[in-house]
Amino acid sequence: MNDQQALYQYLLLLGDSPMILGHRLSELCGHGPSLETDIALTNISLDLFGQVRNYFQYAAKVQAEGKSEDDIAFLRLAHEHRNVLLTEQPNTDFAHVIGRQMFFDTFHQLLLEALRDSKDEQIAAIAHKSLKEVKYHTRFSSEWVKRLGDGTAESHRRMQDALDHLWPYAGELVQESPLEKQMKQQGIGADLEQIRPLYWERVNAILREATLEVPENSWFQAGGKKGIHTEHLGYILSDLQYMQRAYPNMSW
Amino acid sequence: MKKQWPLWEIFIRSKNGLEHRHVGSLHAADAKMAMENARDVYTRRQEGVSIWVVPSKHITASNPDESGELFEPSMDKAYRHPTFYDLPDELKHM
Repeated sequence: MNDQQALYQYLLLLGDSPMILGHRLSELCGHGPSLETDIALTNISLDLFGQVRNYFQYAAKVQAEGKSEDDIAFLRLAHEHRNVLLTEQPNTDFAHVIGRQMFFDTFHQLLLEALRDSKDEQIAAIAHKSLKEVKYHTRFSSEWVKRLGDGTAESHRRMQDALDHLWPYAGELVQESPLEKQMKQQGIGADLEQIRPLYWERVNAILREATLEVPENSWFQAGGKKGIHTEHLGYILSDLQYMQRAYPNMSW
Repeated sequence: MKKQWPLWEIFIRSKNGLEHRHVGSLHAADAKMAMENARDVYTRRQEGVSIWVVPSKHITASNPDESGELFEPSMDKAYRHPTFYDLPDELKHM
């Protein structure tokens, strides 16, 4: 991969996880457990989509094939997506939603803090702008994990179930892919080796405070960053891409 | 166990220098959650720079049946209103 192609792929990697997670959260619009949490999750979804637009507008420019952010968002096949598998996990219940969010937000904040120092000015600017939003996401989701874990017997049981299900997907975020290594060496990408210990430290602190039992398993599912996904992604894309596939080139 | 979280009244200051105004109410388990919910429900269109949350049960309201004796006596006392002098244009939010 030449530098331009690598940068384009790295922008997809940065944008795809928030896009798929944003879509998962958008599925909850009007279905949240309460009016207040419904609005909060929808706000987070919109924040993520705003950030994705920034990455994809830039990616379209880097690609220089006359394509738009919409082409990138709506016309790629499943194996061309580089989102982590965590973001594809379904909205089984509120504990799953909030657990998935806590893992992603904790990582996302560390990632953006690192990307502020990217040699690529555009990426640094996007990271700087997104960080305020993501700090709030982290606060929201980690508080909820603590509330549910350290709540009633029922909420504790369900939060623990969600944690046990999500745990195998929690490690991929901080596993360095060859693409991320290449971008790190160019001073453009974040250094996941530096982020990794901080990520686990923060996650463990939240889980401890939530009185949850941290699973012992340290083998993690991976593949998303190179385009190998769970069965969920196909369904997500058929929903997400429906309009552009059914009515090519349609716009609002 | 109660099914609903307790009710909170939300007050937002729209700009520094102005007072907090009542904007509505919401449900939350405690003050911290009420604050986060208020942020999400009532300030998503840049409505505020400061939030107060107060448990609704701590509000003591006047009784509508007593509004006669409470409010009507002031109706015919126009001399209590500051309407007999002009305010300078620069003075806003009076």
